[in-house]
Amino acid sequence: MLELKNIRKTFNAGTINEKVALNNLSLKIEEGDFVTVIGGNGAGKSTMLNAIAGVWSVDSGQIFVDDRDVTRLPEHKRAAFLGRVFQDPMTGTAGTMEIQENLALAKRRGKRRLLGPGIRKQEKEEYRELLKILGLGLENRMTSRVGLLSGGQRQAITLLMATLQRPKLLLLDEHTAALDPKTAAKVLDITNAIVERDHLSALMVTHNMKDAIQMGNRLIMMHEGRIIYDVSGEEKKRLTVADLLEKFEQVSGSEFANDRMMLT
Amino acid sequence: MNIMSLVNALPGAAAQGLVWGIMAIGVYITFRVLDIADLTVDGTLCTGGAVCIMMMLSGQNVWVSMLAATGAGMLAGLATGIFHTFMGIPAILSGILTQLSLYSINMKIMGKANQAISVDRYDLLVSLRNVKDVPFYENTLLIVAILIVLLIAVLYWFFGTELGSSLRATGCNANMSRAQGINTNLSKVLGLMLSNGLVGLSGALLAQYQGFADVNMGRGAIVIGLAAVIIGEAVFGRIFHNFALRLLSVVLGSILYYLVLQVVIWRGIDTDLLKLLSALVVAVFLAVPFWKEKYFNKPGKKGGKVHA
Repeated sequence: MLELKNIRKTFNAGTINEKVALNNLSLKIEEGDFVTVIGGNGAGKSTMLNAIAGVWSVDSGQIFVDDRDVTRLPEHKRAAFLGRVFQDPMTGTAGTMEIQENLALAKRRGKRRLLGPGIRKQEKEEYRELLKILGLGLENRMTSRVGLLSGGQRQAITLLMATLQRPKLLLLDEHTAALDPKTAAKVLDITNAIVERDHLSALMVTHNMKDAIQMGNRLIMMHEGRIIYDVSGEEKKRLTVADLLEKFEQVSGSEFANDRMMLT
Repeated sequence: MNIMSLVNALPGAAAQGLVWGIMAIGVYITFRVLDIADLTVDGTLCTGGAVCIMMMLSGQNVWVSMLAATGAGMLAGLATGIFHTFMGIPAILSGILTQLSLYSINMKIMGKANQAISVDRYDLLVSLRNVKDVPFYENTLLIVAILIVLLIAVLYWFFGTELGSSLRATGCNANMSRAQGINTNLSKVLGLMLSNGLVGLSGALLAQYQGFADVNMGRGAIVIGLAAVIIGEAVFGRIFHNFALRLLSVVLGSILYYLVLQVVIWRGIDTDLLKLLSALVVAVFLAVPFWKEKYFNKPGKKGGKVHA
């Protein structure tokens, strides 16, 4: 479904701040895989997601989606088959626009936008039903500006937007990191429900090891721009946080204690 | 200071406010909808005027000439858009580059720095002679007002379409827009073209109104446009929420600006100082949101990151 071949990306090349963010990274994701991604600060997790999304072009390597080479495709065109949710709740939605307008924008992802109406009557009913499922009472506030909502509500709406047009791959970039634990759990529940309902393939970066183990069918650990551990199926189900810590120290030769990784 | 001289000057001031109101709507589209401060407009206003006057002098119909002026404005917007998106030049600088180029272009269009047109010999749509003591259907105030209502109706429709929504989304959150498949570069170019088209049209009307096009007629236009946007928002912002009404408030802001200006002139203030005063007023109004954020912002409320 998705294949990354020897992706390299260096930031600030030739300066004192040079940073090899992705170091010949290769990864293959099968249809229906739900992959969780963990790793320390600067491991390249978000960079990998941005490379897939086409936020900038990679230095070398190729990206395939369903055997189609998308390496040169600009970000807005790749959006046709990607759903994205970001760490900052402000990033995924247009704050000055109404909830229903945001959803209508997402509904047209991958379609030509011409002079047809920006939102149709029957769409509103559809959105109302979808918002009901979130259980946040947003179905009664469809004309409210998204900027008035809380971070958790905005993330829930972004999730809805990312999956309104079924994406080939859902990219979740620490999408619960900015939320309080209770809201984060709620957003994770919604994530799981949507992924299962639509049988989506997903790539979820998280800083929470427990979430990484509990969610999805495959887990990868990144370090210094490459994948150092890749586990799936039964083996992943048996994983514990202690296993992951041990694995990390073994491969990287350093302790996994210097950053904001959550161990529980 | 004769109060009657002021009263007599007011219809003219209102007419000027209306004509500049179209220009201010253009500024609103870039400054508020797209979140770009586009300085192209200082050049575009004259381009619109120059194209309209020269075409009319060569015997073209007034509507054809105004349409051509609008088209010329859109081309100017396209140039700025290409500088900004394709060539990666910051928006402000892109506008300045186009604005400077337009000085040469405007000179070439007119052949000299100033071209006059007589309301007696040509069939002008608007003129400063037609603001009072003429049949109502020839009154410049009415004609421009109708034009503005039509323009606002079209813009209201456009910004409700899929394409228009993508322009609004681009101005609000470009990252989100690209993630939702919107070509944000295209949105910006289209917005700049739309905005400068309106400014070109405004220039065409202004040149007819004052009876000439002048290479300096657009100097500081951006400031007047911003003043209109800001005054409109300050006065009507709390009551006008609908997009069409917001555009209307910009026009009303422009009229208020010219009425106040007229009063200031009537009070006998040195007119050389007017541009300085306008700039300072706009500067203070632009600072207000910044000051509010900095000195009156309660933590945990608006602004800052919301964690919940």
